[in-house]
Amino acid sequence: MHELSVTESVLEIACKHAQNSKAKKVTDIHLVIGRLSSIIDDSVQFYWDTISKDTICEQAKLHFRREPAVLVCLECQTEYNLEDELMPCPNCGSAKIRVLSGEEFFLESIEIER
Amino acid sequence: MSEKRIKIIENILNANDQIALKNRQRINKAGAYSINLMASPGAGKTSFILATINSLLNENIQIGVIEGDTAPVTIDSDKISAAGMPAVQVNTGGQCHLDSVMIENALDQLPLEDLDLLVVENVGNLICPAAFKLGTHSNILIASVPEGDDKPYKYPNIYRGLDVLIINKIDLLPYLDFDMDYFRKGVEMLNPGLQTFAVSCKTNQGIEDWLSWLRLRISKK
Repeated sequence: MHELSVTESVLEIACKHAQNSKAKKVTDIHLVIGRLSSIIDDSVQFYWDTISKDTICEQAKLHFRREPAVLVCLECQTEYNLEDELMPCPNCGSAKIRVLSGEEFFLESIEIER
Repeated sequence: MSEKRIKIIENILNANDQIALKNRQRINKAGAYSINLMASPGAGKTSFILATINSLLNENIQIGVIEGDTAPVTIDSDKISAAGMPAVQVNTGGQCHLDSVMIENALDQLPLEDLDLLVVENVGNLICPAAFKLGTHSNILIASVPEGDDKPYKYPNIYRGLDVLIINKIDLLPYLDFDMDYFRKGVEMLNPGLQTFAVSCKTNQGIEDWLSWLRLRISKK
């Protein structure tokens, strides 16, 4: 359900930057989503089609780039990509691990027509 | 007509995070400690808050509570008021989590300057509340043993961001097939060394250890 508020934020940010750039129209929006960020692409797209109507962003295409989650083992300092939901260190088997990245969720760029 | 790509790099939840920061500053200025209490529906969030209020009754600690619910009910806030503490009910209108704007508005309705502790009871949900900062000092999850020992494996995100884990309803352990070692192993992989208290709000077992943790933080504010 929280994809709606998230999609509203995407629209707000995109419109703000489009206006600052004196755009007539926004054609593409590039989003980056970390693997650990609980956002469903399809759901964002669904809300987007509805809420972007009659705005400068209407019919803009959403592009999602998924970033892998990177973990570090606190015992042997091995860095590795998370492949299952829970994954001990592939080098030493330790469960003492910390998330380095994978929680990103940001708007990377927009493409506009002037 | 010219086409152009504009680089932005802006966090989608930036607006929420900025208001969360303002909330934190406001709570700090009032000299209160604050917690964001999350759990699945029925884990015992309100019972845990009531157990905390009742145990601190004679210590001159003022506790304010923000109750988040998806439906327009005042069941929880009425219980807190009946226990003698100020409470505000926030109706999220079907939304699955509280966000920082709701907290900002709720703070206006509490006697913030008089409070020593602010408790935010989030909407019962193990997914969405984890993504939205509120501005509180610590994130606390209540996991109750009837929910099963596999929850850290099934809802890993909420465990990663925690400062404290409360395992509630431990008086029911003799009647359930809850494997505590399996549960704790899952937690350890998501949040090594996480501060954990095993309690029963029914028998008050373990509540005193939790209160020691809490008293220290209230006294530092």
